[in-house]
Amino acid sequence: MSNPILTLSHLTKRFDELLVLDDLSLTVHEGEVVVIVGPSGCGKSTLLRCMNALEEIQGGEIRLHGELVSKSSKNLTELRQKIGMVFQSYDLFPHLTVLENIVLAPMKVQKRSREDASKEAMALLARVGLEEKAASYPRQLSGGQKQRVAIVRALCMHPEILLFDEVTAALDPEMVREVLDVILRLADQGKTMLIVTHEMQFARAVADRIILLEAGRIQEEGTPEEFFDSPKTERAKKFLQTFTFERKRLEQPQSQN
Amino acid sequence: MPDLGLSVLLKGKNFARILGGLGVALKISLVSVAISLLLGTLLGILMTWKNPLSRAILRLYLEFIRIMPQMVLLFLVYFGTTRAFGWNLSGELSSVIVFSLWGTAEMSDLVRGALTSIPAHQYESAAALGLSKRQSYFFVVLPQAVRRLIPLSINLITRMIKTTSLVLMIGVVEVLKVAQQIIEANRMSSPNAAFGIYLTVLLLYFFACWPISLLAKYLERRWR
Repeated sequence: MSNPILTLSHLTKRFDELLVLDDLSLTVHEGEVVVIVGPSGCGKSTLLRCMNALEEIQGGEIRLHGELVSKSSKNLTELRQKIGMVFQSYDLFPHLTVLENIVLAPMKVQKRSREDASKEAMALLARVGLEEKAASYPRQLSGGQKQRVAIVRALCMHPEILLFDEVTAALDPEMVREVLDVILRLADQGKTMLIVTHEMQFARAVADRIILLEAGRIQEEGTPEEFFDSPKTERAKKFLQTFTFERKRLEQPQSQN
Repeated sequence: MPDLGLSVLLKGKNFARILGGLGVALKISLVSVAISLLLGTLLGILMTWKNPLSRAILRLYLEFIRIMPQMVLLFLVYFGTTRAFGWNLSGELSSVIVFSLWGTAEMSDLVRGALTSIPAHQYESAAALGLSKRQSYFFVVLPQAVRRLIPLSINLITRMIKTTSLVLMIGVVEVLKVAQQIIEANRMSSPNAAFGIYLTVLLLYFFACWPISLLAKYLERRWR
């Protein structure tokens, strides 16, 4: 595969005594879409947060193009620009309009002009079908719209890799689709992405590689076909079973006639 | 119609005197408010820092000032410190000092509360976008905190304006003192003046504080 962008080696993360990530290693290559699945509390979100140095790690290291990503990195703000992140709870800035939300970081962090940043923001908004919402405030948007704006906000910084942390988990079912469609189109464009999700159909469609995380370790990884159709480990089988439903129907008594 | 004693207002320069008294009260309160908003914001930000020493000191200051009745503070500064340290403080300056100390303490706690009420993920999404700590504060956290602060600080400002009526106790001739003087002077000719004059004082306080409430309502709507 092409050159690696993000490399995690022997990552260990503890919350006090609780071991959340246990000697975890992972490499993400350019243009690759990696989907992380796993039961809740398995450390998926923590893993993404570590990649952006929002969490301190207790062991191992994270490198972006060979550069160390950690809370003490001097160029942390530079590194974070290259790592876009979209959170479960949208986290738009409530006091700013949609457009202001998007252009804030390009203007203040990358020192781009307002015209330049706004032009790109409007083009990106058009691509997710939200052009006419540019002057609205976040409170005037639906959950799905907010999440699409959050994606545009991350994109406008030209990140080399995008992290999605359960971006549809807080959405009503009918809003999930519009957000996942946006992510699918990004995958089509060859964006490098790491996606944590509970949407298995979507995972199957979007992923180049699926990773099952449980108990802080990678339990299984493979292509979507391998993972979903012929899981190798017991853990993977058990995990996938939680998404299939079966009802043991009683034999219907023959109707008498 | 009963005699409300309003005619006294029209006698001589009485109304102008009352307005002058209101001016004194407003001068003391507005100068103190300005100092309190500025220092209170700074101290409030300091209170959110993790340094245990600065936190303890600020907490102590806040609790001390909050527990003390304002009148005792006024007496302490105007009669106490001038004697003990031999300096010369006018009543007005003493009032400004006390009201600033009080306002700063109250304001700092409001600012601290507003800042800590901004959810952690606002800081995080700002950080994830590459904003530095200072930029996150300036562009993301403070503007939101200010919006939350408006109703609270308006309440504090009007409280400070109203409480200036205490400064007559250290000899400052403000609106209430002027009112008393006018009532005293006309006790024989119009014994009902107390009602009319105090009613006037009430209305003056109302018209001093009302525009501030209106401004707050306007800002709250604009910045919703």
